[in-house]
Amino acid sequence: MRRPELHPPCSVDRAARHDPLDRLAGDGGDHVEAGIVVEHGIDLLEMTASPPFSDEHEQLRQSIRGFIERELAPHAQQWEEDQWFPDEVFAKMAAQGLLGLKYPEEYGGQGGDYLHEAVLCEELARVGSGGTSAGIGAHVNIATPPIWKFGSQEHKQRYLVPAIRGERIGALGITEPGAGSDVAAIATRAERVDGGWVLNGEKTYITNGVRAHFIVTAVKTTRDGGHHGISFLIVDRGEGVSASKLQKLGWHASDTATISFQDVFVPEENLLGELNEGFKLIMANFQWERLAMALGAVGAMALAWERTAQFARERQAFGRPLSGHQAIRHKLADLATSVYTCRCVTYDALRRFVAGEEPLKEVTMAKLLTQRACFELMDACLQIHGGAGYMREYFIERAARDARLGPIGGGSDEIMREILGRALGL
Amino acid sequence: MAATAESVVKPDFTTQRKHFIFTDEHEALRESIRNFAVKELAPHAEEWEETTFPDWVFARMGELGFLGLDKPEEYGGQGGDYYSALVLAEEIGNANSGGLAMGLAVQTDMAMPPILKFGTEEQKRQWAEPAIKGQKILCLGITEPDAGSDVSGIKTRAVGDGEEYVINGSKTYITNGHRADVIVLVTKTDPDAGYDGFTLFLVPMDAPGVIREKKLQKLGMHASDTALLAFQDVRVPASAVLGQVGKGFYHIMWELQGERLIGAAGCVAGAQKCFERTLQYAHERKAFGREIGRFQVIRHKFAEMATKIESARQMVYVTAWRFNNGEYPVREISMAKLHAARVACEVADECIQIHGGAGYMREYGIERVWRDMRLNRIGAGTDEIMLDVIGRSYGL
Repeated sequence: MRRPELHPPCSVDRAARHDPLDRLAGDGGDHVEAGIVVEHGIDLLEMTASPPFSDEHEQLRQSIRGFIERELAPHAQQWEEDQWFPDEVFAKMAAQGLLGLKYPEEYGGQGGDYLHEAVLCEELARVGSGGTSAGIGAHVNIATPPIWKFGSQEHKQRYLVPAIRGERIGALGITEPGAGSDVAAIATRAERVDGGWVLNGEKTYITNGVRAHFIVTAVKTTRDGGHHGISFLIVDRGEGVSASKLQKLGWHASDTATISFQDVFVPEENLLGELNEGFKLIMANFQWERLAMALGAVGAMALAWERTAQFARERQAFGRPLSGHQAIRHKLADLATSVYTCRCVTYDALRRFVAGEEPLKEVTMAKLLTQRACFELMDACLQIHGGAGYMREYFIERAARDARLGPIGGGSDEIMREILGRALGL
Repeated sequence: MAATAESVVKPDFTTQRKHFIFTDEHEALRESIRNFAVKELAPHAEEWEETTFPDWVFARMGELGFLGLDKPEEYGGQGGDYYSALVLAEEIGNANSGGLAMGLAVQTDMAMPPILKFGTEEQKRQWAEPAIKGQKILCLGITEPDAGSDVSGIKTRAVGDGEEYVINGSKTYITNGHRADVIVLVTKTDPDAGYDGFTLFLVPMDAPGVIREKKLQKLGMHASDTALLAFQDVRVPASAVLGQVGKGFYHIMWELQGERLIGAAGCVAGAQKCFERTLQYAHERKAFGREIGRFQVIRHKFAEMATKIESARQMVYVTAWRFNNGEYPVREISMAKLHAARVACEVADECIQIHGGAGYMREYGIERVWRDMRLNRIGAGTDEIMLDVIGRSYGL
C-alpha cells in the first residue's frame, strides 16, 4: 500500500502560520519566509521507493511497519522495565514470515533476498526498544546466517528451520572478556575427545545469551595462536552452559549475557564449516551484521527525528513553539540532513552488497558513519526536549542510551577506521 | 658555558600546580573533604543509585562544617571565601555520586544563598542557620511543567489575602523536593507587572496543600530525588516573602549565576575524575598485545580530553575570581557553564568509548558518569539559553 503523495508546495500565508510574535517584536528578524508550508504532518523524507528498493519492498515496508506498530511497539516500555522481551515475539514475527525473509522456501523462509531483509532491519527500529530490536536482529542477522551459508543439510534442518519458525532462538558467541576487538585472541578451547569436543571458556556481551537455544560459538581448536585454529561449533544450551545477564546503559530489554562453558560436550556433527577455518566465517558474517546495524541506525534516526520535530511543534516556550526558534529549526534541519546522508551511504553500500561486489570499504564506512551519527542525533533530540529529554517518561533518553552501543558493538569505530585504513592501502 | 645534565630544564608534568585563587588553606580543606567523601560516602554510591542518598549526609556534612564553608560565621558558617565553595563542588566528586553532589549543591549554592542575601534576620535564623548545620533541608522551586527556560512564563500564583498569601500552582524537576523542609518558591504576585510581578516565598514543605505528587524517573542523577510538586491553596504569612515583593525575578536571576558557576565547577571535577579512571583502564586493558593506551589514536583521545578539561577549568577559576571580587560577570559565567557542561559530556562519552564494551556495562560506572553529567547541559539553564544570554550580551 503506497503512502499518500506529499503535499504540493503552496505560497506562504503569514497570517495563516501560527506565530505569535507580539511579545517578542524585536525578534521578528529570525523568522524566515520559506516557499513551502507543510500543513498536515512532518515528513522527513520522500516515502517513495529509492534504490536499491523497489515498490515491492515499499509495500513490504508498510506491512512490517504496521505489524510492529500494532503488535510490538505498544509493549516496548513494559519490556524495557522488565528488562526482558518475551520469547513469543519470535513466534509472532515468524507467523508473519519475518524471521526468514532472505532464507529459501525449502527451509520455511520467504525466498526473498537481502533487500527484503534490509527492509526489516530498518523498520525494526520502530519497536522503540533497542534491546528488543537487537535480540530479533541477532537471531536473524548474525546467528542464523552462518548456518545457512556454511551449514550442512542436517544443520539447516536441526537449526535453521526451527529458527525461522521462531521455535529455537539463536545467539552468536565470539567476544570474550579478554578478547573484543582482538578477535584472534579468543581463548575458549575445544579439546578433541571421542565423538566431538569438550568446551571450556567464557563468552561475553552475547545478545540473546540467556534465552538462546543454540549458540554459534567461535572456539580455538588448535594450540596455534592467531587467526588460524579458530572453528565454529553450534552449541546447544545444556549441561555446562550457564549464562548471567549483564546490566547495561541501554538495550535493557535484551538479555545480553556472559556465557560460561564448563566441560561442555559438543558432538562432532556440530562443527560448522571447516575445522580451523572459522576466522573466514567470522569475517564474512561481519559484513551483513554491520550493514544491518547501519540500516537499524537509519531507521532509529528517522523515528527519533519525526517524534522530536513533532515535540518541537507542540512544546511552547517564550510564546511560540520550539520550532519557531531559529536555532531549533536549523538544528532540526541539520539533523534531517544527517538522516538523509546516512540513508544514502547505507543504501549505496547495501546496493553494492546485494550486487555481489563485496564492498568492504563501503560497508565499513556505512557502519562507522551511521552509528556515531545516530547517537549524535539522539543526543541533539534529547537536548531539544529540554528537561523532558532527561525524563524516562519520554522515549528519547532511552533511544539515546540504546544508540550509544552502536559505535562500540559489531566492531568499534576504532576498528572500523583500522579496517578502512588498510583497505585504503595506508 | 656548555649545558650540563643539571642545567637542562625538564618538563614538570607531575608537580602539583596550584591555581592562584587557591591558598594552602584551600588545599587543606580540599584534602579533608576528599577524605570524608572517599571514606564515608563513596562506599554507598552504588546503593544510593537505587535508594537516593539519605538525609544523614546533610547532617554529617553539617557537623563537619561543610555546608557553610563560604557562609557567614554568625549563622554557623565558616566565613570562608567563594573559592571554598568551589573546593566543595570539586572534591564532593570523590563521593562518586552525581545525584548526591547535585542535592548538596541545591542546599549550599542554590536555595541557601538567596536566603542569606535577601532574607530577614528571622528567616536566616529559621532556615539558613539549621540548613548550615544540616538539620533542615532546602530546595528551590522555579521550573514548572509549562515553563522551564522561560522563567518569566511561570504561573504559580500567590494572591494576597489579608495577612497571608494563598499559593496555587505546580513546580517540576525539583531536586530535594521529596525530602526538603522548605522551598524557595518563585511565584507570580502581579500578572500585569511583567518582570516586576514575581515574588519569592519561603514555603514550609509541611504546609497544608503542599503535595509531593511524583518522584520523577530520570536518565541519570538517580541518587537524587526529583519531585513534581503541587501547591493547592497553600497559605503562608506575609513574613514568608523572601526579599522584596515584585522583585522575585531579579532575585532569582542573581541566584542562577552562582548556581551556574558552581555547576560548572562540578562538571570540570566530574570530567577530571572520569578521565583519571579511564587513564588507569587504558594502562590495564590489553588488546592486540599491548596496553590500549599505547595506540596513538587512544593517546590522542586523552590529549584532546585533557585540553578540553583544562580550558573549562581555567574559565571556571578565572570567572570565580571575578565573582569573588564583587563583579557580576554574567557573560563569563554563562560561557563557563556552557563550556564546562559540554566538556563534561564529551569527556564522559569518549571515556565510554575507550572502555569499549565495558563502557556500556553498568558494572564499570563510566556510563553512569555520562548519564549524570548529561543533565548539566539542560538544568540550571540549557546550552541554548546560555548561548542566548551570551549572544544578547553583545547587543544582539
